[in-house]
Amino acid sequence: MLTTEIFDLLKAKFPRIAKEEGTSAVIIPKELLLEFGRFIKDAPLIFDDLHCVTAIDKKEKIDLVYIFYSNPLQHSLTLKIYLGPEDPKVESLAAIWKSANWLERETYDLFGVTFLNHPDPRRILNPYDWKGYPLRKNYSAPNFIAKPKL
Amino acid sequence: MADLDIKEKKDIFTEEFLINMGPQHPSTHGVLSLELKLDGEMVLECTPHIGYLHRSFEKLAENRTYTQFIPFTDRLDYVASMNNNLGYCMAVENLLKLDITDRAKYIRVIVAELNRIASHLIAIGTFAQDLGAFATPLFYCFREREKIVDIFNEICGNRLTYNYIRIGGVQSDLPKGIEEKIKNFIKYMRSKIDEYDWLLTYNVIFLARAKNIGLLRKDIAINYSVTGPNLRASGVKRDLRKDRPYLVYDKFEFNVPVGVNGDAWDRYKVRIEEMRQSLKIVEQALGSLPQGDPTVKTGRVHKPAAGEAYFRTENPRGELGFYIVSDGSAYPYRLKIRAPSFSNLAVLPELIKDAKIADIVCISGSLDILMGEIDR
Amino acid sequence: MFTLLNLTNMITTGIAVLGFIAISAMFLIWWERKVSAHIQTRLGPMRVGWHGILQSVADAIKLLLKEDIRPAGADKLVWWLAPFFVVVPSVMAFATIPFGKTLIPKDLNIGVLYILAVSSVCVLGVFMAGWGSNNKYSLLGGIRAAAQIISYEVPLILSMITVVMYANTLSMQKIVESQSHSWNILHPNLALAGLIYITSATAEVNRAPFDIPEAESELVAGFHTEYSGMKFAMFFIGEYTNLFIISAIATTLFFGGWKGPLLPGVIWFLIKTYSIIYILMWIRWTFPRLRVDQLMGFAWKFLTPISFLNLAIAGWLLL
Repeated sequence: MLTTEIFDLLKAKFPRIAKEEGTSAVIIPKELLLEFGRFIKDAPLIFDDLHCVTAIDKKEKIDLVYIFYSNPLQHSLTLKIYLGPEDPKVESLAAIWKSANWLERETYDLFGVTFLNHPDPRRILNPYDWKGYPLRKNYSAPNFIAKPKL
Repeated sequence: MADLDIKEKKDIFTEEFLINMGPQHPSTHGVLSLELKLDGEMVLECTPHIGYLHRSFEKLAENRTYTQFIPFTDRLDYVASMNNNLGYCMAVENLLKLDITDRAKYIRVIVAELNRIASHLIAIGTFAQDLGAFATPLFYCFREREKIVDIFNEICGNRLTYNYIRIGGVQSDLPKGIEEKIKNFIKYMRSKIDEYDWLLTYNVIFLARAKNIGLLRKDIAINYSVTGPNLRASGVKRDLRKDRPYLVYDKFEFNVPVGVNGDAWDRYKVRIEEMRQSLKIVEQALGSLPQGDPTVKTGRVHKPAAGEAYFRTENPRGELGFYIVSDGSAYPYRLKIRAPSFSNLAVLPELIKDAKIADIVCISGSLDILMGEIDR
Repeated sequence: MFTLLNLTNMITTGIAVLGFIAISAMFLIWWERKVSAHIQTRLGPMRVGWHGILQSVADAIKLLLKEDIRPAGADKLVWWLAPFFVVVPSVMAFATIPFGKTLIPKDLNIGVLYILAVSSVCVLGVFMAGWGSNNKYSLLGGIRAAAQIISYEVPLILSMITVVMYANTLSMQKIVESQSHSWNILHPNLALAGLIYITSATAEVNRAPFDIPEAESELVAGFHTEYSGMKFAMFFIGEYTNLFIISAIATTLFFGGWKGPLLPGVIWFLIKTYSIIYILMWIRWTFPRLRVDQLMGFAWKFLTPISFLNLAIAGWLLL
């Protein structure tokens, strides 16, 4: 299915979603996430593979990015949720896609996005007692010296 | 409840114990730590702990220009550097909307497929090693891999971290006479794969150890976002080279081998078959290699327009994705590496329920995880 | 009668046996490294002496000079005694191995029984090492070793009894004499016993594909994980001495012992023994390892019934 077709289908079901400027990502409000996830997992879209979860720190907001892929239909979808930079919280998708477990742990570890109802809310790459969220733009590691930019 | 009563009456009780397998252990493929809860030989629970090799590549990328980050990709999946270079460069080219020459595409296919063979050789060699075939298959695999490494050494001057594929093409054209060497290698390698079938594939002990061990059902594999040979071994015919052909993969004829049961043996067998298919691709690519300049002249500093790109390539271990966000400067604003081994390892606790200690090394070996790209 | 002559005799025999064990173990270690290297398209040790022939000597010196580290939580006495329990029985087993017509330390009339009794003590040492190290990997290795060695003892003994029944004697020397005309292995009944013996003996000395007690890829080094220096060397010597002994017994029981044309008996004996060792090495460096439950299943569900059947057939044939 083409991206536009997917979007139209989703728009009919969830009127509150929007398309992001410049990319093909679909933006949804964060309280819709679980319902949205259950909907796209089943027919007609069958996004059975939550391929990637990550975040982008845009200083004034944090973009949470989900990338879905459908094995039977071979189409993909990029989903975004805009979160506030202060204490971002969102529901976990681990109940729907098991792959979300580790991917969300990584996002929590590096960005400090808290996933509610996550089965195993620990850090994953950094030590369990690490302070701070390294991929935030305002994070400064004790021994990290940024190179002068071009 | 019944046997609990017996235990109390007899005044003998059994106790579960925890054992830390790794991060320093001969068969955890690097620095993976598995926390096992054992009842004698039986494994009750398994918790992987990762991050011992975390080098924060994603943060480092934000302080490197697009070209400067290529050597870092070598160190992700360090036994398949070419494929990592390829994935990253194609993602950046996507962002730059840069077209490369045909010759570059063919060269990229050739080196990527050769590196896929090299990577699979290590996968099956270490897998056999994990099953206790004392290093012999491993050395055979390394003997063959050495030939590939020699070819790469001639092409780009490096033996492990190639840094050969660049934004806009490749580092330099293929040296003279390398086609002949690759052709000889293809002929040599075909006979050697048959030798592995003799030594390992249908060996009774090997079958007893690997058949029906670590069964990964199709739906579980997809749900955990397992990709690559591990997913195909479970019977899902998903290969980006076929489904979403990049470079010139649509011009070649090759099969996507799939497994039946999704056990450790199937994962091994899929890799063996994939090596055969890769040889086929390399042979075809060499046959139709176009002449011309393999590089597009680009500036040293790339400044893509503000935007985002997500590009996936089929790595030997699965689908490697690069999510790059550009803000218009010479540095990536954000670079996310979607490493295939990361998701492939996440499924491990699911597979080793009711397994024995010996099965754990068998299963984790058959998943062919590589800590370099898991921890990044 | 205990005389001074007897005493000197005993001492010289003892020294000769110990000297032979040391040299044999060192040679076997070097040889195994060479054999494995050539199987794996490597060269193996090449630096110390001609083709690295003195490598084992260098290793022995290194191990002697190494610090002897004892884990803090180890059971001191058990930990200390374990290597001796592995080495001493294997040395004792030499007492009834016939190297030649007269070259036998002591031709006991219960030789086979003696060897079986003595070599069973090894398992104690292995288990003590596993228990005393206070290491979970060692403990697992020790448990595995105890289970494995005891299980394989059954088919091992049954196959040896088959030979004893045919030879009608327990003396090693007389068993060799009984093979004057034809080797035991050429007799169909005893050939099966021979195969069972080799298989279970391989398991008895923990060699691949039955090396689960020290399975490197699973248990790091199994029961001797925590040992270093000379104690580790003693496990090593014990392992290779045991390897020599099971091959020597196989030679004696099934391959005509020291008997052979032209060459002196001792040469024949060594040729046959080292050939069997070579085959065991070949197997070790080719096959993957079995899993612990498969190994036990193989012993109890396959080897033991077959050896009982074989024994019954032998009894029926001899009646």
